[in-house]
Parts: sequence; structure tokens; C-alpha cells
Amino acid sequence: MKKISVLASLLFAYAAAFAQQSAPVEMADEMRSSGKIYVVIATIVIIFTGLAIYLFSIDRRLKKIEKEK
Amino acid sequence: MKFIYQTWWKVLAVLIILYTLIAGFLFGVPTLPILHETIRNTYFHVPMWIAMFTVFTISVVYSVLYLNTGKEEYDLVAVECVNTGTFFYVLGLITGMMWAKFTWGAFWSNDPKQNSAAIAFLLYCAYAVLRNSIDEEQKRAKISAIYNIFAFPIMVVLIMVLPRMTDSLHPGNGGNPAFGKLDMDNRMRVVLYPAFIAWSAIAVWIASLRYRIRLIEYKRNEIN
Repeated sequence: MKKISVLASLLFAYAAAFAQQSAPVEMADEMRSSGKIYVVIATIVIIFTGLAIYLFSIDRRLKKIEKEK
Repeated sequence: MKFIYQTWWKVLAVLIILYTLIAGFLFGVPTLPILHETIRNTYFHVPMWIAMFTVFTISVVYSVLYLNTGKEEYDLVAVECVNTGTFFYVLGLITGMMWAKFTWGAFWSNDPKQNSAAIAFLLYCAYAVLRNSIDEEQKRAKISAIYNIFAFPIMVVLIMVLPRMTDSLHPGNGGNPAFGKLDMDNRMRVVLYPAFIAWSAIAVWIASLRYRIRLIEYKRNEIN
């Protein structure tokens, strides 16, 4: 129990040290909190999945041609 | 060479890249002035260069193998690796310019890193010109293999060494460590390093597809 309380207090001190950082740097926190970053992720994932499937299909067609030889 | 006909590593590379696409946008990143969220570009801009280095290195290995054995296939591997590498080179340059516009203020600010990257790009354009200017097959293969072996270390010096010896805006230059404690932390490393491996694998995959097409063309010409 003592160990846990020491750990908790240390963790709290750690968080406090971070909270003291000066001049906050602007990040796209709002975009993430409103959930719209997931739209971007979905878009790039769809694009990359499409490209990957395309590459696989080229690979398959090549395999067929190679077998004909 | 059986490796390039297998599927497992291609699937693995695609899955790892999908992971970096998702984690690259969702995981936490250091909050740094000027960079802001563009620090996530690291996950996509730098792997282009790593992929380029991977295929260029393979190309040099096969150029050496060609000079040792005289096997025509090795020359075909070398040239297709250079072609794929040049493609990733262009992607790296363009993404770098894009990033520079919003962090350094201009697409091209004649930074040592940018200038030497442009010069090194010309080196590999010269490789393509050299190849296409020689009709005789064996001569072409031999000369371009030797050129490739010389071009590679010069490219590495131009991109990795010279800009680091002067002041540059690019991280990793002028005593400003890239991937150092200042601009990276472990949250970024768990995305960045898998991205290096996976994009390299994608580059090798594309190069291998191009090689297989070229091999078929080569064999068809041989019969005639």
C-alpha cells in the first residue's frame, strides 16, 4: 500500500512537471476532439489499400504470364 | 531470387504501412514550435528516402555481381532498382519541398541539403541517359554498372555527409541532430522505424515487378 501511494505521488509530481510547460504550442487538438481526423485516416487508408490491391493484381497477372513461358 | 516471387513479405509490408498510416495520425507527438502537426510528415517523408537508399543499395550490389559474373539478369535487376529508386527520390524531394514551404517559408531556399539532393538526383538522371545512349547490350550493361558503383557513394556523400558539415535548415545538420532527443521521442519511434522497413519492402516489391516485366521483354527479344 505504501509503495502504491509513493508511486501515485511520484506520478502526480510527473504530471505536475508537465503541466508547468510554458507557452502552449498549437496542435490540431480541436480537429481530433471533434473526431474529424478519422475521416482523413479513412481516406488515406482507402487509397493505400487500393494501391496495394492494385500491386497485388499486377503481381498475379505477371505470375500468369511467367507460367505461360 | 526466389524471395521476390513470395507473397508473405508483401502482405506484411502492406499491413505495417496501414498501421503507420493509422498510428501516424493518432499517436501522440512532441509539441514543438514551428513544426506543430507537420512533425507527422516524418512518418511519410523520411521513409521515401530510406526506401530509395534500400533499392539503390540493392542496385549497387547487383552491379557488382554483374561485373563479377556477366549474367545479363543482374544488369536488369540493377537498372530496375535504379528506376524505382529514382521514383522514390522524386517523392522524397517533392514531399520535402512541400514541408519546407510551411516550416522554412519557401519551397526551395537553396539550403545545402536541398541543393545537394538536387545534384545527386542529376547523377541518377545521368545514369538513365548513359544507358539509353549505348546500343550494344554488353557494353551498356558494363559501363552503366561501373557508373552506378561510382554514383552511389557520391550520392551518399552529397545527401548525408556534405550538408551535415555546414549550416542547414534540415534536421541533422550543423550540429543539430536528426532523430535526436530534441525532435523525437519513443512515441514517434514505434511508428517511424516500422515505416522505414515497410516502405523499403514496398520499393523492393515495385522494383521486383519491374524486373520481372523486363526479364520477359528480354527473353522475348532473345528468341527473335
